[in-house]
Amino acid sequence: MSNTNPLLDVSGLTKHFPIKGGFPIRRTVGAVQAVDGLDFQVNEGESLGLVGESGCGKSTTGRLITRLLEPTAGTVRYRGQDITHASRRELAPVRSEIQMIFQDPYASLNPRQTVGKIISGPMEINDINPAGGREKRVRELLEIVGLNPEHYNRFPHEFSGGQRQRIGVARALALEPKLIVADEPVSALDVSIQAQVVNLLQKVQQELGIAFVFIAHDLAIVRHFSQRVAVMYLGRIVEIADREDLYGNPRHPYTRALLSAVPEATVDEDAPARERIRLVGDVPSPINPPTGCRFRTRCWKATEKCATEAPPLVQAEGNKPGHLTACHYPETADPIPAPRLAKNTEAAA
Amino acid sequence: MTSTDQQPFLSVKDLKVHFSTEDGVVKAVDGLSFDLVKGQTLGIVGESGSGKSVTNLTILGLHDPARTTIEGEILLDGKELLSASERELERLRGNKMSMIFQDALASLSPYHTVGTQIAETYRKHTGASKREARARAIEMLRRVGIPQPDVRVDDYPHQFSGGMRQRAMIAMALVCDPELLIADEPTTALDVTVQAQIMDLLKDLQQEFGTAIIFITHDLGVIADVADDVLVMYGGRCVERGTKREVLGAPQHPYTLGLLGSMPSLDGPVDVPLSPIPGAPPSLLNPPTGCRFHPRCGFAEKVAGGLCSTERPALDVVDGRGSACHLTLEQRAEFFADFAGSRHH
Repeated sequence: MSNTNPLLDVSGLTKHFPIKGGFPIRRTVGAVQAVDGLDFQVNEGESLGLVGESGCGKSTTGRLITRLLEPTAGTVRYRGQDITHASRRELAPVRSEIQMIFQDPYASLNPRQTVGKIISGPMEINDINPAGGREKRVRELLEIVGLNPEHYNRFPHEFSGGQRQRIGVARALALEPKLIVADEPVSALDVSIQAQVVNLLQKVQQELGIAFVFIAHDLAIVRHFSQRVAVMYLGRIVEIADREDLYGNPRHPYTRALLSAVPEATVDEDAPARERIRLVGDVPSPINPPTGCRFRTRCWKATEKCATEAPPLVQAEGNKPGHLTACHYPETADPIPAPRLAKNTEAAA
Repeated sequence: MTSTDQQPFLSVKDLKVHFSTEDGVVKAVDGLSFDLVKGQTLGIVGESGSGKSVTNLTILGLHDPARTTIEGEILLDGKELLSASERELERLRGNKMSMIFQDALASLSPYHTVGTQIAETYRKHTGASKREARARAIEMLRRVGIPQPDVRVDDYPHQFSGGMRQRAMIAMALVCDPELLIADEPTTALDVTVQAQIMDLLKDLQQEFGTAIIFITHDLGVIADVADDVLVMYGGRCVERGTKREVLGAPQHPYTLGLLGSMPSLDGPVDVPLSPIPGAPPSLLNPPTGCRFHPRCGFAEKVAGGLCSTERPALDVVDGRGSACHLTLEQRAEFFADFAGSRHH
């Protein structure tokens, strides 16, 4: 979806963390290739989901977009402005428009500050004085996120996990951002509380028209929240599409395997048995990722070509516009031939 | 799926576990009963603080007796565990009953090789020689799907990946062919593709050995995959139990219904709000009176006389099926009717 004026435009985004070693002079002996050449856009008011397993680089991506980390290569453009290597001063106005919500509602709030202080913090830093004063604005925000405005003077420890996450949301909303990067915002919460926070974020997104980059490992929650979804594997995007296409017609073998591995709480006897693809082994190390296609070591379709040539992220034949897949042999809707799977499971034993 | 003709291997009767703390008595488990036969898996679902882990630590006898008051009865293969001596429990643990935990890295010793830790368990219970135990360790690692087990047996836990550590812990838990395996959130820290591998492995091993498994989790999707029977816990009590099909397909308790409604599915409607349960789980220091779920329950006002806040609803179990709720069956049929429509696609 290369729209003319995306809110956020990321191209070739790369982050390699150096590994230092040796004595007495510590030099760089290698690099963790956390993120390796990402291209994607986020449009205004849209939610893009980033899914993938641990170590796939989805959180690093979130930190690169918000410039908590500086990219090794590639560019990040916000409203056309290149912020890839922008200085603190240059970043300041952009930072107030891009906010972040973190996973751990316990670690991301200062225990010594009152809720009022926490939420008005961003306004103080940016020297913003809303009409009627900061306190009034904070009380409004508390109301928006479903907390009692009377709780202005309370401390974080007086709140439950779900309520703390609401405080985090209120803080993110304080500067009326255009883009929120939410890194696993509900995964630390109990099931019954997760839905409360997902609903709150959805309300915020729809009513205030804020764009989201929603990072999560839970495929069902991402589907519920994001209009477009990108699947990451070992630092690269393997597939990106509108949610209907991605979940209904996954073309990358990894996407298909990932979807089939999600346990679903249904016991409907009449429903057709869900496909089960069991991947072999673990995700390889990002220090020394496989050549070519990074998924090939666990893929049942891999050939010579996959080892030598990295598949580009393109609109594979049969894909709708905007549905991009990085695979030499994109999946079809056909069931996966049984012998291949059997072979796959044998290798695991 | 509960076979009534078979003698239960594990039988828990009216278990109460209370801890004394500085702030008062925490009623972590408050009157819990269930049976488990061999070769079956009981899934225990509940949120943080529901008492699901405490129940199982109690079965294993892992509580500090000085701080804990335990009442009730736990029979393992006919033997009463609560009155058993520490020595007897030590003999049973690892041998007859065994456990795996969520955090494999914290449960394995970083100073010993994986092989040594597995072999040690085996030697302690069987008196086997070092050589035999090592062979057994390699055999177990092979069984749980570790590649090159004869080489990896000499690795330390940090050299294993998350999924492999979980496999190693399963190997250690099963090395003495226990008849009861307690798995406390064994897949929660794992990625979905690895979680699927581990669940398949547990199912295969259960078929092979006929192990009885208690599978504790907060994830109803996992329950739907692995469990035969399901027990839903809330605030230290069982609120609903039955077969997996009964509990997940036709829930009879508002809490179970609420849990299912909170979870988005892979093919459900999007862009409509989820139906969360309001509020937060109760504190067990000062739990709500009557039904512990009533402050969060949308149906409490439908019950005449405010019974929900004054009287604890009884859990009447018939053929393994029961739910603790004051709503009449007719009311539930009426109020819960929408559920079937919204879950079936």
